[in-house]
Amino acid sequence: MNCTEFLANLTDYFDTKTAAALRSELERHMAGCSHCHVTLNTTRQTIEIYRNDELYELPESIRTQLQQAVLAKCAAMKKKKEPCA
Amino acid sequence: MASSKNVRPPRTMATTLTPDENALHPDLLLIEKVKAGDLSAFEQLMRQYDRQIFRIALHITQNREDAEDIVQDTFLKVFQKLDQFQGNSKFYTWLVRIAVNESLMRLRKRRSQKTVSMDEEIQTEEGPIPRDFADWMPNPEQNYNQSELADILRRAIQGLPPGFRTVFALRDIDGLSTEETAQALGLSVPAVKSRLLRARLQLRERLSRYFRVPTGVQPQ
Ligand SMILES: [Zn+2]
Repeated sequence: MNCTEFLANLTDYFDTKTAAALRSELERHMAGCSHCHVTLNTTRQTIEIYRNDELYELPESIRTQLQQAVLAKCAAMKKKKEPCA
Repeated sequence: MASSKNVRPPRTMATTLTPDENALHPDLLLIEKVKAGDLSAFEQLMRQYDRQIFRIALHITQNREDAEDIVQDTFLKVFQKLDQFQGNSKFYTWLVRIAVNESLMRLRKRRSQKTVSMDEEIQTEEGPIPRDFADWMPNPEQNYNQSELADILRRAIQGLPPGFRTVFALRDIDGLSTEETAQALGLSVPAVKSRLLRARLQLRERLSRYFRVPTGVQPQ
């Protein structure tokens, strides 16, 4: 396996479903290639940093507002559908 | 009534909820109730997924107000279209698909001169080639305060084309499987894989500028 092939399969390395054979090929390449080793490790860190980031939380107060607004509109829609209810 | 039972899975549950695809998913029970006119069941569905929808919308649009509107519009659309939901696909995947479409529509409105779609091809012929091979410092996030870090992460992801950003958000942040991501975006599995790879490598390259071990310093 060369660096290009390693890179093409980098994504699969993080996938738990990846076959053991491919995984060990990737590991064998990494053992002898520091560039690919660094690329893999820092890519893994990239994913983890974004996954742990709380930047994208929806504040509880806005959440409630949105939910109430949607429910009110849904109730109105429902009424329109069944005028005799 | 069982509707007071609060079923709220952890944030990245989407792929782990039902190992057995054929088992009756709790969402389907709620949907049946909504169809029978039970609005509290719809509220439960919303409580279960609104945070994730917000995150996805925010990742695609990079705009909080838009993302809040998208949460509303998505759930309204879901309520209106519930009859069209085919029980054979996962409700969450269907929901995400609607949210992604709403998000891309918003994005298009904001940049009216430029079309934005999932099919948007990015003009790099050669594959993604990493250029920065410096290792990162241990726990690089700790070298920045919260708002600095937020800024770095936001700036890096904003630089990605929307089609890449979306795949990265669904797959890596929201934890959807490759297949679910493909389904939600109407892309093939190989297309998702290639976008994911490029998105990850581009982000890595951008973050490297901030997180690399300074030259002349040996990593421990
Ligand atoms: Zn290599």
